Amino acid sequence: MLKIGDVLLVSIQVELEDQVVLELQDDLAARIVDSGASGVVIDITAVEIVDSFVGRMLATTAAISRMLDAQTVVVGMRPAVAITLVELGLSLGGVRTALTLEKGLEILARRDDSRPAQL
Amino acid sequence: MSGLAPVPDAEHESVPIGSNDDVVRARQLVRALAQQCKLSLVDQTKLVTAASELARNTLVYGGGGVMRVGLVHRDGRVGVTAVFEDSGPGIPDVDQALTDGWTSGGGLGLGLSGARRLVDDFTLQTEVGGGTQVAITKWAR
Ligand SMILES: Nc1ncnc2c1ncn2[C@@H]1O[C@H](COP(=O)(O)OP(=O)(O)OP(=O)(O)O)[C@@H](O)[C@H]1O
Ligand SMILES: [Mg+2]
Repeated sequence: MLKIGDVLLVSIQVELEDQVVLELQDDLAARIVDSGASGVVIDITAVEIVDSFVGRMLATTAAISRMLDAQTVVVGMRPAVAITLVELGLSLGGVRTALTLEKGLEILARRDDSRPAQL
Repeated sequence: MSGLAPVPDAEHESVPIGSNDDVVRARQLVRALAQQCKLSLVDQTKLVTAASELARNTLVYGGGGVMRVGLVHRDGRVGVTAVFEDSGPGIPDVDQALTDGWTSGGGLGLGLSGARRLVDDFTLQTEVGGGTQVAITKWAR
């Protein structure tokens, strides 16, 4: 887990066991609070399949981050993964996605500008 | 359960499904065979995703079991068949279990119904108290 400015970057590189997926979700929530990050990017460029378990984790993570005042963007989804997810019945409605890391960071930067100024 | 479902021909491999680790191994084995029979990338992804759902169900609801997987041939076509078998509690209401969104646990209820959509052939045999067997096949185009 990397912190770039206000953003936590999580890059999923290996095929994850369910238990590791859950641990990642917990670690991320803790890191958001510790670091005061305002955004989270989850890079799934290397991920070959997203099944209902991982899909649910992405949705849950986005919801948890939102509650902790951070926005999540999932980047790098492969076309075959997107096709499969929709056919599986998981459209990940509550999850913001971007095609590339750069675009994901852009979305988060825009959001940050629109945060109300501190009094 | 007695083996009524299609059994992959000739050389098939068996993988025990008893841990999260085994679910990962099952996915990898299915992917290797899908590549070997030259399924398109999208079809590989669909098949491996379906296998992942079924392997997890075998583990979580079936209390563990086995996956048998291999290449199959029919009418000059080649495909990959994976059979997931457990001797767990079985599924009392199959129609309900195959309904999108229905779960008896804390899932999304998309595994079974989604897996059925993702493959070409899908058969489910189950007996309350006797276990569950789900067979899926994806054919190369
Ligand atoms: N091998 C099995 N043995 C017994 N019951 C099963 C088995 N597989 C599925 N079921 C039952 O069918 C239901 C639906 O399964 P399905 O995979 O669609 O959803 P889920 O596992 O509950 O959630 P999801 O897969 O979306 O995370 C399960 O909740 C369970 O009750
Ligand atoms: Mg399931």
